[in-house]
Amino acid sequence: MKILVPISTVPDTTAKVAFTDGNTKFDTNNVTFILNPTDEWFALVRAIELKEKNGGTVTVINVGPATNDQFIRKALAIGADNAVRIDGEARDAFFVASQIAEHAKSEAYDLVITGKETIDFNGSQIGAMVSEILDMPYVSLVSKLELEGNTFTLDREIEGGDEVVSVDMPMVVSAQKGIAEQRIPNMRGIMQSRTKPLAVVPVMAVEERITINSFELPVAKTGAKMVDAENLDELVRLLHEEAKAI
Amino acid sequence: MSVLVYIDQKNGQAKKASLEAATYAAKVAGQMGTNAIALFLGTADASSLEVIGGTGVTKVLHVNDDKFNSFDSGVFTKAIAEAADKEGADTVIVSLNQNGKTLGGRVAVRMNAGFVSGANSLMTADFKVNTNVFSGKAVSEVQYKSAKKVVGLSPNSIPTEDNGSTATVESFSPSDTNFRITVKETKVLDGEIPLTEAEKVVSAGRGLKGPENWGMIEELAKEMGAATACSRPVADLDWRPHHEHVGQTGVAIKPDLYIAIAISGAIQHLAGVNQSKVIVVINSDPEAPFFKAADYGIVGDAFEVVPKFVEAMKKFNAAR
Repeated sequence: MKILVPISTVPDTTAKVAFTDGNTKFDTNNVTFILNPTDEWFALVRAIELKEKNGGTVTVINVGPATNDQFIRKALAIGADNAVRIDGEARDAFFVASQIAEHAKSEAYDLVITGKETIDFNGSQIGAMVSEILDMPYVSLVSKLELEGNTFTLDREIEGGDEVVSVDMPMVVSAQKGIAEQRIPNMRGIMQSRTKPLAVVPVMAVEERITINSFELPVAKTGAKMVDAENLDELVRLLHEEAKAI
Repeated sequence: MSVLVYIDQKNGQAKKASLEAATYAAKVAGQMGTNAIALFLGTADASSLEVIGGTGVTKVLHVNDDKFNSFDSGVFTKAIAEAADKEGADTVIVSLNQNGKTLGGRVAVRMNAGFVSGANSLMTADFKVNTNVFSGKAVSEVQYKSAKKVVGLSPNSIPTEDNGSTATVESFSPSDTNFRITVKETKVLDGEIPLTEAEKVVSAGRGLKGPENWGMIEELAKEMGAATACSRPVADLDWRPHHEHVGQTGVAIKPDLYIAIAISGAIQHLAGVNQSKVIVVINSDPEAPFFKAADYGIVGDAFEVVPKFVEAMKKFNAAR
């Protein structure tokens, strides 16, 4: 089977969020970038497990500049077979999804699997958009994915629980916790990753439908009102009368 | 020109998040001097269609076909786009709950529309909306440049309104009913408030020492009418189910009240909850970073404070 895993790079989860150029750009100074955790831990690892069991190939795809090659090599070290980098800045989700779908159109993938969202823009958009461009079924927030013949069985999150669904390949999936366990690349994987194919493809032009005008940091809280640990009636009173939260 | 809102439903009832989206659609339509129209897919309770009318939506398009009781993002996308086309709607609102996350980007692609995911403010006359980014660590102002617009509204961003108005109900039959997703089983825990819909959340961390100690957390949640949640280590240790994990790599929530018990407040956890309107932190360590993000704090041992909190809530509830 042929599997495509769109991967993204994001600021490390401990990164301090700040902006420059009159609050119009994310300040990348002193920020460490990482592979988007839900892409790396969940989508990529499950794709590799499916390949290990059923045979086939796992291709990772990223839209970004050459400095992203180090992250793509990490995905190859974890176990992807080959990679495609669309050479341009990831302007917005529709731009990225269009590039990924354009590549996928000619490759007849059985499964496109990505993380449920990036941890920077949290849009959950790529899977949905790619599936519509490719006219494939799409199931999101998947915590379990099994394949039997040509049919996938998936657990997807719904309000307060899970739904088990079945879908014939090809399809698009967004993966979350539960679907796989994080893998740390070993030395052999790292050595092999250096010679695995990484194709660099020019971007295609995509209409700009939204634009980010500015960013703003939330107003910091002024300090908690402390309540005595013996006096929970007082906390309940404050929550009711002052905060009007109960 | 009109505004279309997709109503996500369960057992014939519009979900809470969808009623918020309907309220939002009615407000946006009001600003534009046009009408908001709701699209309800699947079998509906008559009472639910009435509730939708109360939000200010003037018409409900109802697809009274039980095939639509199960969710398929492809078929649903086509139905929404077809309804928008039929009604001349160039703005579509979906609540960004679980199904909304699956649909939003899809509908936008199909309609050649711009899409803003996670909007939390009313769209302005010049088509600007705010959205949370960096898992709630910042807000961005986004502007549509396209003629057609899809808004993914973050749940709990605006309260549902009931202004007593009624909507006409019109039946609608989408042309594509080719479902490619088959629902085998639905596993929903009865009597539990879904975390993503909850107005109040009681959350606990590794400081509780083991899953056997969650009884008092559940009891407090019950007294408060709250959902339960947990920090990442707790989910990683399998003390609690994964869907309860709130934080940057779990679920981000914005309830009216968030009570954090024995959670230190790592930056990744704060990112998932700092949109909560009121935050209460209970921690034995007065230096816990979470206190800086809190509105109310108690320094104390959870095993002593929580049972007292339960008693205080019981007293409060009995007096109401």
